[in-house]
Amino acid sequence: MIDTVKNAEATPDQEQPYQELGLKDDEYARIKEILKRRPTDAELAMYSVMWSEHCSYKSSKVHLKYFGDTTTDEMRSKMLAGIGENAGVVDVGDGWAVTFKVESHNHPSYVEPYQGAATGVGGIVRDILAMGARPLAVMDPLRFGRPDAEDTKRVLPGIVAGVGGYGNCLGLPNIGGEVVFDESYQGNPLVNALCVGAMRVEDLHLAHASGTGNKVILYGARTGLDGIGGVSVLASETFDDTAGKRKKLPSVQVGDPFTEKVLIECSLELFEKGIVAGIQDLGGAGLSCATSELASAGDGGMHVWLDRVPLRAKNMTPAEILSSESQERMCAVVEPANVAAFMEVCAKWDVIATEIGEVTEGDRLVITYHDEVVVDVPPRTVAHEGPVYHRPIQRPADQDELQANTPDSLPRPENLLELIKIMAASPNLASRKWVTQQYDRYVRGGTVLAQPSDSGMIRIDEETGRGVALSTDCNGRYTKLDPYEGAKLALAEAYRNVAATGATPVAVTNCLNFGSPEDPAVMWQFEQAVKGLADGCAELGIPVTGGNVSFYNQTGSTAILPTPVVGVLGVIDDVRRRIPTGIGAEAGETLLLLGETHDEFGGSEWAHHVHGHLGGLPPKADLKREKLLGEILVAGSRDGMVSAAHDLSEGGLAQALVETCLIGEVGARVFLEGDLFTALFSESAGRVLVAVPRTEEQRFVDMCTARRLPWRKVGVVDPESNALEVQGLGELPLDELREAWEGTLPALFD
Amino acid sequence: MRVGVITFPGTLDDVDAQRAVRYADGEAVPLWHGDHDLKGVDAVIVPGGFSYGDYLRCGAIARFAPVMQEVIEAANKGMPVLGICNGFQILAEAHLLPGALTRNHRLHFVCRDQWLKVENTSTAWTTRYDKNAEILVPLKSGEGGYQADEDTLKELEDNGRVVFRYVGDNPNGSRNNIAGITNARGNVVGLMPHPEHAIDALTGPTDDGLGMFLSLLDTVVKA
Repeated sequence: MIDTVKNAEATPDQEQPYQELGLKDDEYARIKEILKRRPTDAELAMYSVMWSEHCSYKSSKVHLKYFGDTTTDEMRSKMLAGIGENAGVVDVGDGWAVTFKVESHNHPSYVEPYQGAATGVGGIVRDILAMGARPLAVMDPLRFGRPDAEDTKRVLPGIVAGVGGYGNCLGLPNIGGEVVFDESYQGNPLVNALCVGAMRVEDLHLAHASGTGNKVILYGARTGLDGIGGVSVLASETFDDTAGKRKKLPSVQVGDPFTEKVLIECSLELFEKGIVAGIQDLGGAGLSCATSELASAGDGGMHVWLDRVPLRAKNMTPAEILSSESQERMCAVVEPANVAAFMEVCAKWDVIATEIGEVTEGDRLVITYHDEVVVDVPPRTVAHEGPVYHRPIQRPADQDELQANTPDSLPRPENLLELIKIMAASPNLASRKWVTQQYDRYVRGGTVLAQPSDSGMIRIDEETGRGVALSTDCNGRYTKLDPYEGAKLALAEAYRNVAATGATPVAVTNCLNFGSPEDPAVMWQFEQAVKGLADGCAELGIPVTGGNVSFYNQTGSTAILPTPVVGVLGVIDDVRRRIPTGIGAEAGETLLLLGETHDEFGGSEWAHHVHGHLGGLPPKADLKREKLLGEILVAGSRDGMVSAAHDLSEGGLAQALVETCLIGEVGARVFLEGDLFTALFSESAGRVLVAVPRTEEQRFVDMCTARRLPWRKVGVVDPESNALEVQGLGELPLDELREAWEGTLPALFD
Repeated sequence: MRVGVITFPGTLDDVDAQRAVRYADGEAVPLWHGDHDLKGVDAVIVPGGFSYGDYLRCGAIARFAPVMQEVIEAANKGMPVLGICNGFQILAEAHLLPGALTRNHRLHFVCRDQWLKVENTSTAWTTRYDKNAEILVPLKSGEGGYQADEDTLKELEDNGRVVFRYVGDNPNGSRNNIAGITNARGNVVGLMPHPEHAIDALTGPTDDGLGMFLSLLDTVVKA
């Protein structure tokens, strides 16, 4: 029997499985208070998914406010849409708007690596599409447990194949991302997916349902039983097999990239014809989310006839239809006069489209099923007025101990040449080719830079050559040692990576992956990281335009390293002046190191890989310096003074040298001063290795000196040598280095 | 020169093929899978992607599309037709070219810059190359392993119908390192690698692929 509103009124004391749906006692009580009766099954399903941590941001909201508080009007000046919309939108010039966002799909990808990762890509792409933009490229920051662990061998190949399988078939180039290994991600890998899209400024679409009488059209795939309760069950609770609770069935959705490709082209044609008044993608929480958010953001109510929804399974209940997370679906609001034209476009693409509802007067979201009312709620209470928690915050008791355990006493090796090779072959620094080779980076012909470049770069205007660069970064070890500084360092690195390609950084997105918000120590990490990121953005003068929070990333009581992945978007007026990562593009290049090197090994890759050590303090972030460095790089690119640039991060100068030589396929001779171990392996921030044509050297260093950016000449490119030579240490043949750098991942995963 | 570029639902590299035609000073004419005529084009490109999702066997459904019936008829009368990647798979399914494309031998999708040797420079699409020239173009496919029976291989080899051959490490297990072939007449060419992604060193590894579209220009002008 279907649980109707009438039935709910008649049976006020009927027991409901709210706890199994992830709702707490007080949350259930509040729903009853709002409705002045018990919720129907369908209403309970809606509230439970929409009030889940994943959808409602109930633990993070009070902290995320700080992003808004620290964003000045000047920072906001280029922002066309910000936090709260499907994705942030930035004016990038020449009449173009660019939208980008990164989201997590961590828990589904652990349960079912291929489909979890695939639908992660699919979901973020629909977010970008829902802004009215053509999706242009994807990136995937990934994190796994120990590389040699059995479970990593299950999870990694599946996730990589899923990202590739979906993205390749969808026809979006994959232009970068991250692959990081750390034991803390062992039972909880991180799969973050980023998408960037572009549109003309005037084509921006926002999600709202306005205008009484307008029709609500569901189009795309049929609705099935997959992914029911995905957000409340999977994303909002820790995997915990010891508590003796009833084992939950995996509820991972299954993706169909072909349907999504057709949905994209169909939607873009609809946008182009100007027949869409409002648009919303269906992702986590499915129709519950789409209908309540559309209605909540509009100026009226909405009536939905749930029995009209095309199904792919028999006997689905209203609650199941509302909470299904079947992929490849969109919801549009269309004026009655445009419905026929809308249906015509969908028919051309063989996309199923169904008028399922109507914008009504009043302020209720009413959903009927075969003429019986199963939902009658104020939509704002579902979509925007969920619970808000001020979770307890407590600096971890062992934080001081952790910071006191510095790497200073770790034995430093004698044979530095050998160490260069060892580090190049370490799982976190080794070539990502085994992964990126499974991703199409060429489709659509706009990819100017992709992995292993510092940033991905996409041309958005073929006439003018205008384009955007994107990088995502985070070092969870730094954030563990000092979440505030660590978040700033993640921002600094992404910013530097973008600037190193010659683009000007303009906006920030983030994906904040943390442990359980019910753990005060995790909430302290979260609060600190948000502050660090927001303060850093204010110092750099670029806004956070959106983001995503993923809590409950832990196994048992052990949380992952706090991992605030930061994505920075840069703009370049002409992609032809992009700076490549590899040296050797010009005859006769000098290598310069910009920035300063200090003895900073806390959280370093060397301490991690060689000693399994994590302690001390991370490197210092100096965002004023990062900004200056960025300006110098952009000026260098504009005036043709820089022929290659590579940022220094994990692994320090040694790793940057190895990579720039191997990517450029030419050798170099390097001369360093002072303590060679520090010079080669320290991870001080704010540094970039650049190659400048000898003819431009004087002009370039004069500019650095005049603007007070420390620089040092560290070597020359030597196209004849086929080796990396470090004066005083000896030389490493490039063949040998390549074998070390490229051999690691195939040996682990082939 | 008017060159038709087919779009099936799920086609991905149609925009790239159109761009390559423009780079060779041609006019790209979009053709839809349901079209029943070729709009008077001089040649047709069947581009890469995943036609209809390719959930069955790559190209198996696309060969039955209305527009393909027109392409088959025109190809048999001598119209230049180029199949790239999924396009090659479709031409093989349509029996315009012999053999079949199977899952890569290492089972992974492979996207890499690939050296190819141009062995036949007399097809409609390869006259601009020097014989045995080596070119660098992207290869990106999960089912690119070329398979054919011994008789077919012999026929291809003996008659110089292998147009492109992989140089170095075989990327997908193709028999005889075959990357691309032609029909007996030389007007239909299919290859797994993507010349349309190598028309400008800004966005591709090289501009080595442009020669195929310029070759077509010569062929069409001569005809």
